[in-house]
Amino acid sequence: MDFSLNEEQQLLKDSVDRFIRENYELADRRKLVAAEPGFSPAHWRTMAELGWLGAALPEEYGGIGGGAVETMVIMEGFGRGLVVEPYLSSVVLGGNLVLKGGSDALKSEVLPQLAEGRVRLAFGFAEPQSRYDLFDVETSARKNGGGYVIEGHKGVVIHGDSADRIIVSARTAGGARDKDGITLFLIDGKAPGVTRRGYQTIDGLRAAEIILDKVEAPAEAVLGAVDSGLPLIEDAARRGIAALAAEAVGVMDRMQALTNDYLKTRTQFGRPLGKFQALQHRMVDILIACEESRSAALVATLRLDDEDAVQRDRAIAAAKVKIGQGGRFIGQNAIQLHGGMGMTDEMHISHYFKRLTMIDTMFGDHAHHLKRYAAL
Amino acid sequence: MDLRYSDEDQAFQQKARTFIEENLPTDIRDKVKGGLRLYKDDYVRWHKILAKQGWLVPEWPEAHGGTNWTPVQRHIFLEEQARAYAPRLVAFGIKMVGPVIYTFGSQRQKDHYLPRIISAEDFWCQGYSEPGSGSDLASLQTKAVRKGDHYIVNGSKTWTTMAQYADRMFCLCRTDPEAKFQEGISFLLIDMKQPGIEVKPIRTMDGGREVNTVYLTDVKVPVEDRVGEENKGWTYAKFLLSHERSGIARIGASKAQIEKLREIARDQRCGAGYLIDDEDFKREVAQVEIDLHALEYTELRALTAAAKGEAPGPEANVLKIRGTELQQKISELLMKAMGYYAMPYVPEALEYGYNDDPVGPDEAAPLAAVYFNMRKTSIYGGTNEIQKNIIAKMVLGL
Repeated sequence: MDFSLNEEQQLLKDSVDRFIRENYELADRRKLVAAEPGFSPAHWRTMAELGWLGAALPEEYGGIGGGAVETMVIMEGFGRGLVVEPYLSSVVLGGNLVLKGGSDALKSEVLPQLAEGRVRLAFGFAEPQSRYDLFDVETSARKNGGGYVIEGHKGVVIHGDSADRIIVSARTAGGARDKDGITLFLIDGKAPGVTRRGYQTIDGLRAAEIILDKVEAPAEAVLGAVDSGLPLIEDAARRGIAALAAEAVGVMDRMQALTNDYLKTRTQFGRPLGKFQALQHRMVDILIACEESRSAALVATLRLDDEDAVQRDRAIAAAKVKIGQGGRFIGQNAIQLHGGMGMTDEMHISHYFKRLTMIDTMFGDHAHHLKRYAAL
Repeated sequence: MDLRYSDEDQAFQQKARTFIEENLPTDIRDKVKGGLRLYKDDYVRWHKILAKQGWLVPEWPEAHGGTNWTPVQRHIFLEEQARAYAPRLVAFGIKMVGPVIYTFGSQRQKDHYLPRIISAEDFWCQGYSEPGSGSDLASLQTKAVRKGDHYIVNGSKTWTTMAQYADRMFCLCRTDPEAKFQEGISFLLIDMKQPGIEVKPIRTMDGGREVNTVYLTDVKVPVEDRVGEENKGWTYAKFLLSHERSGIARIGASKAQIEKLREIARDQRCGAGYLIDDEDFKREVAQVEIDLHALEYTELRALTAAAKGEAPGPEANVLKIRGTELQQKISELLMKAMGYYAMPYVPEALEYGYNDDPVGPDEAAPLAAVYFNMRKTSIYGGTNEIQKNIIAKMVLGL
């Protein structure tokens, strides 16, 4: 049993930290968020050059052959920096879906481009009615000659507004909430019939509503097996959750540090806020929530490839519950301890709070996963 | 990074599991699992079984009887004991005064006391709290006045767990009445079987008799039974509180109690079905399991970091706070699971070998008493609020 990073992972961490220090002042982030495409294509190129976009991809596809731990290290750093580049959607979700579901030809085509930063992916799995159920799919894909015609509405597709190619789940058989009969398609973002309504999310990212109106997809666009796409979607969701949990830990770390600093510097009633016991104990509760979230996030990453599916799913659900609850607690109390200043857009803390809150929503909130855990 | 135990540790785990299965007396196991009353003899029997095997004091230096196990192996051994419903060893000798003696004691103290702790010849109790000194321990008033080669001790100690069984007490006494607070305190080893010592039981709300008040009137303590320097006792007392806190979160025991909770819930009717299938119940159990899971890996992170020689952080205090909160929560769920039959109070049914018909289900009798008893966990060993004060000061720098 060992929870320390190896030498390469430590170097990776150092390089992520350096990147954040040099590029992610709050003012820098503000500029990126305000302009199109909502992130920096230059940063994306840098990430490609540093090998981060292929960190978890095999070397034969232009990656560096790492795994879940490398993803965790990068995402935790991105959490500390509140990075807005589409790493989760493109690399963690898109990359894994193509790697697990793509034909050899597709993998050889897409993955090296992904690693080099020349193509960006997004994953549309949610729909307006689906809430957090990954199998609730009304978008349909009908057979049409050798290919398919896809129709439907994919909702809140993170970074779906700017992605070059989009992976969508669609129903090829069965009823709207059947677990079988779902198929994944990799379609071009600019294919005829694809309408994207892009928007900002409240935590500073981008997303899109994607309307698919008689979008034609050839048989080669299918990822995984026809009618059996759900296990692939679930695998991507698990990896997404582990990555988000790591990001959340990075966010929490910063919120803890910022709030603790504030307590030491802000003076009221003639002494620093940090001298008041009620606030000290609240700060300790934040520290505890942070440590427990870190533990749960770490185990989620380390169990991603566990052969025991129940152990694995429990670790994932537990992490989502802990970072959801811990995130809510830390976020709300960090704002409270900052007082009126915590409410302002000017302070870092409010931006971290918004991101942490929305991380809870992604792939199902803590209540959803608590129920899931109880059913496992 | 690797979550799994190494092959060596897995083999160790198997060895420990087999040993415990083969050697833990059935009656003791049943008492622990059933939440029945445990007596000195129960603790001492298990203590001696481990001593005979050489596994009683793994963390002690090898020269004094330690095993040289890694922190992870010590953790595994504690987990395996809890899993098998072995009794928690009484800590006063092996975890508290023992390490103080081998770290700060004289050669005579080491030679004399350490073997007697291992053989259970001396059963120890702890003289820290006083009627006027709880969380503010340094305000203690029990006085030791030097008279030739003895101290004469006068005062009282309270919340003294198992003092009724104890042969000796390690005791904080004020040796310099002029000094302020932490200064002027000495760490004395006191013979409990002598005139001037009076042990009065304190009956607790669960009907139990664990704790006592100990009155000391002109008690004679040889100077050679002072550990370390005069007036430096606070240093040793603090060392004791921060030393070897592995297992402080009692993760293993909490896991075993959750198993017991499930067993009970399988038999308890709820609505048209059984409690085990009730959505609210399932969610409450899931929450406590998830919290326990996060705490377990917080402990393991600390253990593996310690094994690599990294300095300890806030873990011990965090583990104490959260571990006790979860123990309390689980005891509450156990009582709730029993419904009405948590109410009957039949003290005899808390004794092993009770043969009359129980009121309600067999396992019902101790559940409420255990719930009430577990309130102590967030109070003892430094209240959870004191733990938070320590974290705020030492870790957060507030």
